[in-house]
Amino acid sequence: MIKFFLMVNKQGQTRLSKYYEHVDINKRTLLETEVIKSCLSRSNEQCSFIEYKDFKLIYRQYAALFIVVGVNDTENEMAIYEFIHNFVEVLDEYFSRVMESRSVTQAGVQWHNLGSL
Amino acid sequence: MEKNINLRNCQTLNTYVMLTHLRMPAPIRLRELIRTIRTARTQAEEREMIQKECAAIRSSFREEDNTYRCRNVAKLLYMHMLGYPAHFGQLECLKLIASQKFTDKRIGYLGAMLLLDERQDVHLLMTNCIKNDLNHSTQFVQGLALCTLGCMGSSEMCRDLAGEVEKLLKTSNSYLRKKAALCAVHVIRKVPELMEMFLPATKNLLNEKNHGVLHTSVVLLTEMCERSPDMLAHFRKLVPQLVRILKNLIMSGYSPEHDVSGISDPFLQVRILRLLRILGRNDDDSSEAMNDILAQVATNTETSKNVGNAILYETVLTIMDIKSESGLRVLAINILGRFLLNNDKNIRYVALTSLLKTVQTDHNAVQRHRSTIVDCLKDLDVSIKRRAMELSFALVNGNNIRGMMKELLYFLDSCEPEFKADCASGIFLAAEKYAPSKRWHIDTIMRVLTTAGSYVRDDAVPNLIQLITNSVEMHAYTVQRLYKAILGDYSQQPLVQVAAWCIGEYGDLLVSGQCEEEEPIQVTEDEVLDILESVLISNMSTSVTRGYALTAIMKLSTRFTCTVNRIKKVVSIYGSSIDVELQQRAVEYNALFKKYDHMRSALLERMPVMEKVTTNGPTEIVQTNGETEPAPLETKPPPSGPQPTSQANDLLDLLGGNDITPVIPTAPTSKPSSAGGELLDLLGDINLTGAPAAAPAPASVPQISQPPFLLDGLSSQPLFNDIAAGIPSITAYSKNGLKIEFTFERSNTNPSVTVITIQASNSTELDMTDFVFQAAVPKTFQLQLLSPSSSIVPAFNTGTITQVIKVLNPQKQQLRMRIKLTYNHKGSAMQDLAEVNNFPPQSWQ
Repeated sequence: MIKFFLMVNKQGQTRLSKYYEHVDINKRTLLETEVIKSCLSRSNEQCSFIEYKDFKLIYRQYAALFIVVGVNDTENEMAIYEFIHNFVEVLDEYFSRVMESRSVTQAGVQWHNLGSL
Repeated sequence: MEKNINLRNCQTLNTYVMLTHLRMPAPIRLRELIRTIRTARTQAEEREMIQKECAAIRSSFREEDNTYRCRNVAKLLYMHMLGYPAHFGQLECLKLIASQKFTDKRIGYLGAMLLLDERQDVHLLMTNCIKNDLNHSTQFVQGLALCTLGCMGSSEMCRDLAGEVEKLLKTSNSYLRKKAALCAVHVIRKVPELMEMFLPATKNLLNEKNHGVLHTSVVLLTEMCERSPDMLAHFRKLVPQLVRILKNLIMSGYSPEHDVSGISDPFLQVRILRLLRILGRNDDDSSEAMNDILAQVATNTETSKNVGNAILYETVLTIMDIKSESGLRVLAINILGRFLLNNDKNIRYVALTSLLKTVQTDHNAVQRHRSTIVDCLKDLDVSIKRRAMELSFALVNGNNIRGMMKELLYFLDSCEPEFKADCASGIFLAAEKYAPSKRWHIDTIMRVLTTAGSYVRDDAVPNLIQLITNSVEMHAYTVQRLYKAILGDYSQQPLVQVAAWCIGEYGDLLVSGQCEEEEPIQVTEDEVLDILESVLISNMSTSVTRGYALTAIMKLSTRFTCTVNRIKKVVSIYGSSIDVELQQRAVEYNALFKKYDHMRSALLERMPVMEKVTTNGPTEIVQTNGETEPAPLETKPPPSGPQPTSQANDLLDLLGGNDITPVIPTAPTSKPSSAGGELLDLLGDINLTGAPAAAPAPASVPQISQPPFLLDGLSSQPLFNDIAAGIPSITAYSKNGLKIEFTFERSNTNPSVTVITIQASNSTELDMTDFVFQAAVPKTFQLQLLSPSSSIVPAFNTGTITQVIKVLNPQKQQLRMRIKLTYNHKGSAMQDLAEVNNFPPQSWQ
């Protein structure tokens, strides 16, 4: 089950976040900074799946933007990996070119997209 | 003229509009807000901007401005996402939901999903809105409502609206059916009892053409099957249909709307495979029906892209979980092996994880890939290394232990600190199980201690010490190696502790240069004492280590010949140490030198071979033989130290000073018997001065010719070895409805030992609770009381409490026993004393 979906840039600023389970608002920022820290510290040759506390993080980097999905144990990691890519392709189609700045301004629409996926 | 009037009207209108705008400027759009925030260079600047905007939004809300409400809420949501509090927008979201405009509704529902959840009371107000919207004419509005309900609906809301959702599940509109299925999943999660409501709707779900609906239906079915075994049984009949769908997906040609890198709708395939896994678990028929399709998927899927691998991964998981035939399992493991060789890290990680799951069941097949797995230990990636380490430990067996250990030790050297503790424990376990020789075992342990010494777990030290004690022939070799190890570096505490203990025990072997296994080194007594003293002084040594070192020095006083004075000096220095533990030890050892010098050699003798104690062992008698703490083996004066809390002391208290002595044996004197050492360990309440005098005649000193009599109880061997022929049992006590029977067994291995099993039964109509049985025997006997089976004697003789007593009767005197019983009965505490004299002669002769 997907626990959360984050789009964070390299400086640590959250561009998009969607939580599928209730997390306190002050814990959210903490969670996001920790998550982005562990993703940033990994090099290119390393595996895209990280174990973090009691769930797994699956992340994918697109230029300066990291898309991170947190799942619990029952998910197929590779399928989620594909899903992230699928999501980016959809955004690509919708906005004709995915750029970090663009995605920021269209946050609202993206939330809807996530819902339908 | 008219034009002028019009112009003037326009102007007034313009001014009017301008004025109103001045009074209340239009709120900025979300886009502009984002842009402004991005220009902020510091956190403080950003906070300031957001606060300003929040204030503007709040005043706008207060003025009940309908036109810009949605814009404001959108901005509020963005700020919420950044982490700022936005709860004041909740009611506004509700207002937006209630509005008729689609844009308003959209933002309103979005806000509801983000800001509202079950914990807010406000969310219930939404229920009516959602209900109306579920029946709206526009499908998008219905879709929105379904989305929101599926996202944050509480159990009350779900209960109210489940009927609507179910209705929508049956509509002809596939967009709505898709959303309704997802919403149903959420409803079931929140309120499992409603599952049956959705059952009729699921009948046709798999007949869909639309992949979206199919996908969500499979999710719904999966959820239902996971939650309820009845549903699982019910849906098993769908297996053929699922297989057919999967087949179509694989066989069908290119379909542009579902294609992802050449594979047709992989997400659906993965979902179906997962559902098949759940359905096929523990069920032979379904598993058989799936075998073909699984084999087909496994062989036909393209592995060049990640997508294909994702499907293969899911297939492998399914094959492993259901009752597949062995050919299929081998196929699965081969796929995993292929994954391992792949360059892509993700795939390797996934392969290692799955292999870990399967290694229990298909051990041999996984062994084939052992070398690849061991190679993964050298990978750069932390996640992969961890998995490879766990898998390597699972694969170690008697045949490959040497090779594997070499790799694992190398890994221990180079891995990150977070792994070292786990790796060290794993190595110890593996070495213990499969060590080909004692020397190899000790070498391995030494290697671990020297490389990862500080990460070794605390319980490793006593285990090691026991291991070393037990390999008698290796003592000299071990102590020599340990000595060399700490000569260079004594910062790793576990290593130093083990070394100190060994040097204390086997120091004589060290200085006499008796080592056979390797070149003996020349060490003088002074050098040994030097190293121990430096451990004592060093800042790096913990208090525990210091304790070990001091005790070792003390022990050497009996093993070394020329340096006793030096030892005395060291010990007396620490008599005034700030560390209480050290001070206590030093004072006691000092006392040993001064007043009890004649006892010193007996007390500080070589430790005997220890039995391996299971962790349940020491509940019986707390006087273990130092398996847990080698250091405090030496005697401690009465009030301090770990008093054995067993019945012994209670009896001492209660039986006072009649001729029945304490249960614990008194100290033998200078008997150099090997068992002398551990008997002394059993002294909980010694009166050292009194004892040697009180037990003068050798006749009355218990002759323990065999090692640990009392340890028999601690070992996991059965209590009754070589049970002699039946000795009649007696009723030791029978009063007030409580009856206690003794049954006897004699041990053939030790004729002085009688094992008595007591059975307490209760013939009254109420249970007896907190039942405690205590016993005392005359001075010439030794008694050991093991723990009872329970503390409640059930009424009406429906059950008994069983307890075992072991009596040592070396002088073959007539057995007499005094017993004390305490229990609670009918609400009051009862206690009774009795004497048992009717022991049958066979029990003690």
